[in-house]
Amino acid sequence: MVTKLFWLALFAVFSVSVHAKETAEDNYKAYCTQCHGIEGNGKGINVRDMSVVPRDHTDAKSMSGRSDETLFKAIKEGGASISKSVLMPPWGSTLSDEEIEDLVQYLRMMCKCKMS
Amino acid sequence: MMRMVMVVLLAFSGTALAEGGMLQGSCAACHNITGPAAQTLKDAFAKKGPDLFYAGNKYRQEWLVSWLQKPARIRPAGMFYGGHVKTGSKGDEIDPSTLISHVALSKADATSVAAELMKLKPHNDLIAKEKIEPGSVPRQMGEMAFNKFLGCMACHLIEPEYGGFSGPELYTAAKRLQPEYMASFIRSPQAWDRKSMMPNKQLSDGNIQKMVHYLETLSKEGTNGN
Repeated sequence: MVTKLFWLALFAVFSVSVHAKETAEDNYKAYCTQCHGIEGNGKGINVRDMSVVPRDHTDAKSMSGRSDETLFKAIKEGGASISKSVLMPPWGSTLSDEEIEDLVQYLRMMCKCKMS
Repeated sequence: MMRMVMVVLLAFSGTALAEGGMLQGSCAACHNITGPAAQTLKDAFAKKGPDLFYAGNKYRQEWLVSWLQKPARIRPAGMFYGGHVKTGSKGDEIDPSTLISHVALSKADATSVAAELMKLKPHNDLIAKEKIEPGSVPRQMGEMAFNKFLGCMACHLIEPEYGGFSGPELYTAAKRLQPEYMASFIRSPQAWDRKSMMPNKQLSDGNIQKMVHYLETLSKEGTNGN
């Protein structure tokens, strides 16, 4: 019984450490700001030579034209999956679905908008 | 401060360091030489230099020997760009005052450190899965892939003055990196570093081969390969 509990406890600790979810703020900082900017205004350090300017996440007008599902798809499968720029890569191997859902809500917070 | 600089300089000036001693001491201050890779973003943000615990799977030894004697920046915005960026009048810009230059080693130390680094091969399993066939990709085709099809230029300089700044420059990649490593890393960056900033673009075997061939073409063009 003690042995069983030990293995269960070990498994629980291991699971938490392997699957620990990052905050949307940290994921945004890590993967999004390089193009979308520290302030989310689409003016990240990478934009100089881009043929398509990254989306301004603070622009309520344009962001309200996208559904949560579309934003989720764009993050997970990349810009090309929603017929937008290939410069937006797919993050599906980097982020869990739950983390992407959190990011979508983070974007809604940044634009202070919902889909109209 | 001056004392700290002296200590660092002294630490790097000794040629009588025992084999492997420099790795365990000075290098380990900024590089992860034991693994595993960062498991959280907080740890990834704190990285001062690339992980070296799989250096023997990653780098070309002759490049290491050369670069360590005359180090030049490979990542324009530092190891984690987020720590080296500030807002400017036209948008975000790199804050050079926050970037740290790599110390230069003597030829003897560079040779010794490179030899030690090449022994670090915990990912032979990943390397063994890759086989690079001989081949080449026309310049125009490669450029199209980097620009239009794959979008590598968004984060990487694909020429000295063209591309993004958050990732390491690509036009010198094949000078620095073993071809099998490039293939494996393109195939799955997360297999090497769970918190890698590089996305997995789900490339086919054929396209991975083409990318490696094109990176090799780029690096042979005589641009600043160090």
